[in-house]
Amino acid sequence: MSSVERMFPSPTPNPETKPFWEAAADGRLLLKRCRSCGEVHYYPRALCPFCGSGETEWRPASGGGTIYSYSVMRRAEVPYVIAYVTLDEGVTMMTNLVDCDLDAIRIGRRVRLVFKPTEGGPPVPTFTLGDL
Amino acid sequence: MTISGRAYIAGIYEHPTRKADDKSLAQLHAEVAKGALEDAGLGKQDVDGYFCAGDAPGLGPLSMVDYMGLKVRHVDATETGGSSYVLHVGHAAEAIAAGKCSVALITLAGRPRAEGMATGTAPRNYGAAAPDVQFEYPFGPTVVNMYAMCAMRHMYEYGTTSRQLAWIKVAASHHAQHNPHALLRDVVTVEEVVGSPMIADPLHRLDCCVITDGGGALVVVSPDVARRLSRPRVKVRGAGEAPKHQMGGKVDLTYSGAVWSGPAAFGEAAVTPADIKYVSIYDSFTITVLMTLEDLGFCAKGQGGKFVADGNLISGTGKLPFNTDGGGLCNNHPANRGGMTKVIEAVRQLRGEAHPKVQVKNCGLALAHGTGGSLGTRHVSATLIMERE
Repeated sequence: MSSVERMFPSPTPNPETKPFWEAAADGRLLLKRCRSCGEVHYYPRALCPFCGSGETEWRPASGGGTIYSYSVMRRAEVPYVIAYVTLDEGVTMMTNLVDCDLDAIRIGRRVRLVFKPTEGGPPVPTFTLGDL
Repeated sequence: MTISGRAYIAGIYEHPTRKADDKSLAQLHAEVAKGALEDAGLGKQDVDGYFCAGDAPGLGPLSMVDYMGLKVRHVDATETGGSSYVLHVGHAAEAIAAGKCSVALITLAGRPRAEGMATGTAPRNYGAAAPDVQFEYPFGPTVVNMYAMCAMRHMYEYGTTSRQLAWIKVAASHHAQHNPHALLRDVVTVEEVVGSPMIADPLHRLDCCVITDGGGALVVVSPDVARRLSRPRVKVRGAGEAPKHQMGGKVDLTYSGAVWSGPAAFGEAAVTPADIKYVSIYDSFTITVLMTLEDLGFCAKGQGGKFVADGNLISGTGKLPFNTDGGGLCNNHPANRGGMTKVIEAVRQLRGEAHPKVQVKNCGLALAHGTGGSLGTRHVSATLIMERE
């Protein structure tokens, strides 16, 4: 565990993604689900990447997931862990693993959502080891 | 329509520089263009098609045809990252087959070393309008940690080891020792690779390609033009291109777009992996090579580790000689884009002009493959099959 916290660059919301980042500010992770084909997708889009329908809606994620892959970026001022986490809703998202022992991280381990502040923007969804 | 047999690679040139403090970007493009045209036995006035990608300055083809004083009737600036130039050969062949041009010039150049670019370890931001950036950039995706996640997953699924990956670098170094222009000419061992500093687990420094300035160029011509030239004839037999991405969140890092671009190229060329005598495989990292060899069908999925081990990629002793110039891992990865040099070395092999120590005997059929973008997020795979006529 690093004593120095990594500063997260701020994401830049746009009209299409504003609800996602507003929910993030409230500590909620939203996903997009297609009303037409029923598929959940990530990152969120106005038009479903599976069937092309414009009938997509925001749905809250449970915040639980498993590690799909990860890498510890050793060559950074503050080493950090980039990861793909597969959410319990079935989609896999790029994120960071935070607040955990680097040597305890394994593919397949359970993780839970924790938002981290950014440099002046909305917080970003990261994950830490452990169940919900 | 097929491009098989409809175009020839008549000219190649790899810039000898690896650090270009004293040259401009446009100048490097023009120098490699001149080199490839001289190699073909053609002049600037013969060029009627021009191809470049995102490394070209300004408005790409517009800026460069202006700078070089070209009068062309066909331009193409398809940008797929480092695979662009492999893909451009196929596109040039299409344009030639359709009668849009007869002498196509393709250039690549860059000076990331002279500019002090933190190529592999600094997160790249492609701009807020890129739809993925706000969902990825805050998490620090770099070139190396994205490929590292592919390697990590491959190890998890198939038991691939760092020592197996290291053999890819070892083979490249065996070839680079014979290349006087190679940035790294020392032969390395598996122990040296796995003992080099960890950059992003599980990739070590020696799992990563070099960062170099310079560039290269290709001249692709119609059969009529090729017959008038005195160079050995290298025919374009087949080409395939395929983007692969995160599939709306159904991320699968175990394979690349080569699973689609490969069969397209093999199908067009009407050959199989067993027919190929030499391969140039995009080698941004060792894992790139391992996954590509599996995806192109040179071995079964998951067997790449065993396939590359024990020097199997070393020319003269191994079953599948690869990257005999030393590749991006040891020789050159100009502008952080390795596709151009992949085609160039494949053409040298087919002409019999590779270094005698690494020249593959009876090299009649060769494959070049590019991976542009990032294996860990979104990339375009391009496969090209060429034949000595």
